[in-house]
Amino acid sequence: MEYIVQQVLNALSFGAEYALLALGLAIVFSIMGLVNFAHGEIIAVGGYTMVAFASLAIGNPMIVMVGAVLAAMLASLTLERVAFRPVRKADPTTGLLTAFGVSIVLQNLFLLFVSPRPIAVTSLYFLDWSIEIAGIRLASLQVFETLTTIIVIIALMLFLRRTVLGLAVRAASLDFEMVRLTGIRANRVFAIAFLISGLLAGLACIFIMARRGSVDPHLGFEPVLKAFVACVVGGFGSLPGAVLGGFLLGAVEVAMLVMLPQSLGGMTDAFVFMIVAMILIWRPDGILSPAVEKGDKL
Amino acid sequence: MLTIQDLHVFHGPIEAVHGISLEVEQGKCISLLGPNGAGKTSTISAITGIARSTGLVRFEGRDLSRDSVEARIAAGIAVSPEGRRIFSNLTVLENLTLGAALQKDAAEKAKDTDHWFSLFPILAERRDQSAGTLSGGEQQMLAIARALMARPKILLLDEPSLGLAPKIVRQIFDLIADLKTRGMTILLVEQNATQALKLADYAYLMSSGRIVAHGTADDLGKSDKLMAELTGVA
Repeated sequence: MEYIVQQVLNALSFGAEYALLALGLAIVFSIMGLVNFAHGEIIAVGGYTMVAFASLAIGNPMIVMVGAVLAAMLASLTLERVAFRPVRKADPTTGLLTAFGVSIVLQNLFLLFVSPRPIAVTSLYFLDWSIEIAGIRLASLQVFETLTTIIVIIALMLFLRRTVLGLAVRAASLDFEMVRLTGIRANRVFAIAFLISGLLAGLACIFIMARRGSVDPHLGFEPVLKAFVACVVGGFGSLPGAVLGGFLLGAVEVAMLVMLPQSLGGMTDAFVFMIVAMILIWRPDGILSPAVEKGDKL
Repeated sequence: MLTIQDLHVFHGPIEAVHGISLEVEQGKCISLLGPNGAGKTSTISAITGIARSTGLVRFEGRDLSRDSVEARIAAGIAVSPEGRRIFSNLTVLENLTLGAALQKDAAEKAKDTDHWFSLFPILAERRDQSAGTLSGGEQQMLAIARALMARPKILLLDEPSLGLAPKIVRQIFDLIADLKTRGMTILLVEQNATQALKLADYAYLMSSGRIVAHGTADDLGKSDKLMAELTGVA
């Protein structure tokens, strides 16, 4: 029983991390058709902010966490302003290449100005201890991660349904020009999308750092790759799809870890991607891909 | 109220409108007629700032030609665009809420929503329904109501009757007539010249990016040019 609960929580917390990151990718993609591969570097910015706090001898975990999230939001907003705004009207390929470029530039900045080696960040270890709920021992970090993600998803849903700017973000995924014709400034809609994306990356950063305990220039690569896969599985551009894809990917990963015999342990990812491929054969556009209007526009 | 002088409109390198001038007076309904591809929608896009254009667009004495789309909307221009372009992934109510995006006062917004719901009972019935599930006529009403939520000083209606059944077309034109009696200034783009001329105080006839005739609705209705342009029979 304990084993099952632990594995379910494992799956949920893996899934939560992927869902947070996939949502960050999806919200930007939904309004500007851009797959922001620099999203991983936003996570790294959060990680290096924690390093900066540590070197300033600021250990208050609240300051460290809030600071990292704010830094990630600021970084995301800056990227929109500096790198993505100029190519907003360009071909989607241009946007994709810009994102790769930004990603490489940021990684090299970390390499040059910080360090190519991993730097330890110990200020968040306190999040991870062993708790006992109804006689079952669980890792607190996983409980926090799952709960945080659920709260974030609910908050995001409320924002997208209850506020004018949230409605504009949803409407913009369908017809950006028409949103401008209601008088809402396009720049505000893009800025809010990138802010939310940065917020989600910052939150994911806290959990990634608490688990890994170190940051290096390539920290963001693997998480963003997984988030990308989650988006593809869920249906690119669909926010519910990103969440579903994230949790599904987490569940499949944990299932593989648990079920594969020891001798195949190194091939977990291979099996995970095989299952992903099978899902895509069944639903080539992803499970919850947004309906494309195929008929006459009138 | 709205003055357009020597307006050239471009889609990429192609010039779609070759220097037109027109005038919309306060409280009047002005109709812009012409066949497909005459440049009517391009003219509307230039007024809202969506399409690149040269020439003068003056609204209430202010030159808008260099202003952004958002600034022009804020100045009091609202549009019900060609193809309706309602947000089909949002509910009817959410569409209206977005229409009043610049209205900061929540109470006023609620008042306007109730007002337009009372005028469009069918929309009120479907307020929480996804707008994509509405029929064509209902979607057109929603597009007009969404534009009206902005409390515009001028309403640009681009082909409101396109693709609708005759009975629904009559409903839409009744609605426009009603708006006119309430004092709304309207620029109506139409291919349906007969209906549009019944409503309009003054009309312009466009063909191949130029204004080829204009006059009061009565005069233009009798002119041979109108029939020739619209039917292609000289």
